[in-house]
Amino acid sequence: MQGEISNILAVVSLNQEVVSGGAPIFFARNEGELEKVAGYLSKILDAMVHDLGNGCYILVRH
Amino acid sequence: MPEYLIVIAAGILAGTVSRLILLRSDYRQYPGYPHGYLSHLLLGFIAAALGAVAVPAVMVPEYTAVTFLALAATQFREIRDMERRTLESLERTELIKRGLDYIEGIARTFEARNYLVMATAFITSLATQFGGLPAGGVVAVITILLSRYLMSGDIIGNICDVAPARLSFDGPTLMVDEIGLINVGLKNMREEILKNGLAVKIKPKDGNARSIIHDMGQRKAIAFTAAVILGTKKDVDIPEYTPLVRKNSDTGEAGLYIMPVERDMEQLIAAVKLTPVLESASSKPLLAGSSTRKAKEKVE
Repeated sequence: MQGEISNILAVVSLNQEVVSGGAPIFFARNEGELEKVAGYLSKILDAMVHDLGNGCYILVRH
Repeated sequence: MPEYLIVIAAGILAGTVSRLILLRSDYRQYPGYPHGYLSHLLLGFIAAALGAVAVPAVMVPEYTAVTFLALAATQFREIRDMERRTLESLERTELIKRGLDYIEGIARTFEARNYLVMATAFITSLATQFGGLPAGGVVAVITILLSRYLMSGDIIGNICDVAPARLSFDGPTLMVDEIGLINVGLKNMREEILKNGLAVKIKPKDGNARSIIHDMGQRKAIAFTAAVILGTKKDVDIPEYTPLVRKNSDTGEAGLYIMPVERDMEQLIAAVKLTPVLESASSKPLLAGSSTRKAKEKVE
């Protein structure tokens, strides 16, 4: 986990205005969907979900 | 010739026994497998033979025969390479990594132990040559005990206090007491971690200990030992459960978080305390005080 290159594999967001850029972005309609999509993506990508605190979750492989 | 045979046999026996004893004492560093034991025992036997033969070679006298000791040194460097390669290739599929520092330490230990075996064999055969078999026996026991004492390195328990700590969340950030570890996004993961996780605080006793805990390889080794002894719930698709050690940059104290299979705080503290201090992490900045003072006076 430490000292290796981390990659943002996906972004899951409630708010269209706060995200843009290179990684795939998934929009969710509400908190419940946000959690669910992030959880599924975490299992699919073997990545860890991090909460940015502004309705944005990023999936990072460490 | 028979007396040389006894001299050589005594040396080989003492050396091999010493290798066997050293092999038994390092179970924590190396999950044993029969083939590994066998090859190391055999290499120990060869090292012992090399050490034991040196004395009769000088007595005969065949001084040039001693040059094969140089060959032995090359041979044992190979052992270090072999160990390193094996552990590094295993590391790739390991869920909880040992870390390169730990691997290097283990590889170096294996090399050094063969030199120690050679020395034990040499000293024993020397004693047998000049003092007879009883003297050889006494010297063998002393050198074996001595080499065991010499090769038992320091452990974390000697340089740090380890105490239970509290897991909590500051927003999404996982905390061990006041030390922030990592951002955990999923709410169900947070609940799970609070319910089943364990944490300890590692408090260095002095500046030297602080610099050892500061070493990332050392922290990885601590997490690895804890995970080996308590088990870990981590899997490929649950990176949240990776055991982590992070330090408080103000005080130098470190916090360890783990999701153990066996939720036993006493075992966890014991595991952390038993982690060997790595050779690469070991430093003594407090001892450097006097020399840096001198250098400072020179500059001023």
